[in-house]
Amino acid sequence: MTVETLVGSYDQGRALLRTPVQRWTYGALAMLLLALPWVIPTFYVGEAAYIFIMCIASLGLMTLTGFTGQVSLGQAAFLSIGAYTQAQLLANGVPLPVSLLGAGLCAGFVGLLIGLPAIRVSGLHLAIVTLAFAIVTEHVMGRWTAFTGGHSGMAVPEPMLMGHSLAQPLPFYYLCLAVLVIVLLLLLNLMRSATGRAFVGVRDSEAAAQGLGIRVARTKVVAFVISAMVSGVAGALLAHQIQFITPEAFGLMLSLQLVLMVFIGGMGSLRGAILGALLIGMLPSLISLFKEVLPARIGNQFGLELFVYGAVLVFFVLLEPRGLNGRWLRIRSALDEFPLLSRTAVRRQKSYMRSERA
Amino acid sequence: MFDPTQWVQLILQGISTGAIYSLVALGLVLGYKATEVLNFAHGDIVMFSAFLMWYFVVGLDMPFWGALPAVLVACAALAYLLEARLMRRIVGQPQFAGVMLTIGIGFMLRGGTSMAFGPDSRSYPTPWTGQVTEIAGARIADLNLVIIGAALLVTSVLFIFLQRTSVGVAILASSQNQLASYLCGVRVKWLNSLVWGISGAVAALCGLLLAPISLVDLSLWFVMLKALAALVLGGFGSVPGAILGGLVIGLVEQFSGVYMPDGVKDMVPYLVLIGVLVLFPRGLLGESHGRRV
Repeated sequence: MTVETLVGSYDQGRALLRTPVQRWTYGALAMLLLALPWVIPTFYVGEAAYIFIMCIASLGLMTLTGFTGQVSLGQAAFLSIGAYTQAQLLANGVPLPVSLLGAGLCAGFVGLLIGLPAIRVSGLHLAIVTLAFAIVTEHVMGRWTAFTGGHSGMAVPEPMLMGHSLAQPLPFYYLCLAVLVIVLLLLLNLMRSATGRAFVGVRDSEAAAQGLGIRVARTKVVAFVISAMVSGVAGALLAHQIQFITPEAFGLMLSLQLVLMVFIGGMGSLRGAILGALLIGMLPSLISLFKEVLPARIGNQFGLELFVYGAVLVFFVLLEPRGLNGRWLRIRSALDEFPLLSRTAVRRQKSYMRSERA
Repeated sequence: MFDPTQWVQLILQGISTGAIYSLVALGLVLGYKATEVLNFAHGDIVMFSAFLMWYFVVGLDMPFWGALPAVLVACAALAYLLEARLMRRIVGQPQFAGVMLTIGIGFMLRGGTSMAFGPDSRSYPTPWTGQVTEIAGARIADLNLVIIGAALLVTSVLFIFLQRTSVGVAILASSQNQLASYLCGVRVKWLNSLVWGISGAVAALCGLLLAPISLVDLSLWFVMLKALAALVLGGFGSVPGAILGGLVIGLVEQFSGVYMPDGVKDMVPYLVLIGVLVLFPRGLLGESHGRRV
């Protein structure tokens, strides 16, 4: 018997799906997602496409915040740049795949311009800088009427692929799903590469990363650019989803929603980004289901949604700081080790005051 | 181009809006120094206080001077309880957790206010509504003078409180080193809650000063973003810096509204913020502190 049959081949170690169980579950998931739009009502097909777009955007932010540890409260700015670039490119007759790439590249370029100075600050300061950048971008988009149509908005041309319109919910669903899968595969592989490991190194300890020969500043800028590119692609798809874009659609609320997704999903995991986007993306629909039960005075107001977002966020910070992904991992390990699991194995460790002051 | 009357008007306007930014920033910096959490819900307390005042004055028909302390006390109690019941649970977790928690609290506060009072804008009468005083040929609304006066009063009261009373000195001590002051017998937990309470009262006062200028509206919390610019400009974590930064931001905003192209006025605080943080992170009065490994 060779060693290979005992421990498996090297290819198995490198594969994204290592065990038959994983292959079967993800295969089943793929079939489910492909079949889904034929089963659910048309309205929910549109909602599902929206959730896919949010997944892409949240994956983009996860790269920056979850893996590299650079908090960005202004991610909507990159989505808006992507959206407007997409609309302009399509209006000028650029084919859809190229324009999606173009939207990503354009947002990535702005990410480079912002990232270069922004990496000089970190932590809370970076959060504030990105917040301010998003506000400035919103104002600029509102004023730059020649490019964006200003506050009165701009119609987005129909997405066309090889002569077929993708504007209907069904084809658009598959377009978003395809882009999501591509982005996810690219990021999965990126995180296994030297660059991805460097991201995590920079997040956990800049000094240690520097000591190991990682170029910290460059790594941060790369993370910024990649995150901006992914967000730009998400923005381009979002432009088709809402069909008529105004600067207000990419305001502070969207940025904060994205941060919510990343945090609630669980920092530092791509699965978390997707779970978070699922939960936050579905919340408005869930709330509108509950509205009928609530008294009209409360149920008819937009404040309810905001309140629920806040409550969910507070709940996760206080009680589930590792997010949905952490809960998922714990459930899975509990199932794996069923009779042997003890309470102490999963107990959170006590943490003490860690001052950020010098 | 140069018109002295206009300049007097602009400067007074700038100082009075700047004074509000200063006060909001002051509240932020107090909470930040005590608990190392930047309170992103601060702007929502500002907004909430305006709605509460409207409810007391218009809804319950209370006299203005009776409603004023009631709102201040209510908001102080709210902020005190937030620290004592919620913020304390995440002590020791990374700074990001504090950011997220306060954002969540802010959402709840804003959503709750919108549900309780309704999302429409409104206004309430004040003793100085529509009054005008003439200074050096410029006509200034009394409101602006009240704002400047209130800001001066609050700042000096806080200064005396922090420098001259034993509780104030204890607050300063625990903001410098919590463990050491705890070992010296300072009640650190209670003080942290107290500082949040004070910061809540200051925020409430800002809301009461701001509401007559704009309207009682959910968007009042935006003042917090301008206060962040003031905070950064003055040097993060410096109390005098926050006040100076607020005044500078207020003046810059007013003057850019007149001398700069249309639309720059709305952006200027944020451009200043980005510029200062990236090029000169210490700000005007901030102490330099490197970070230990």
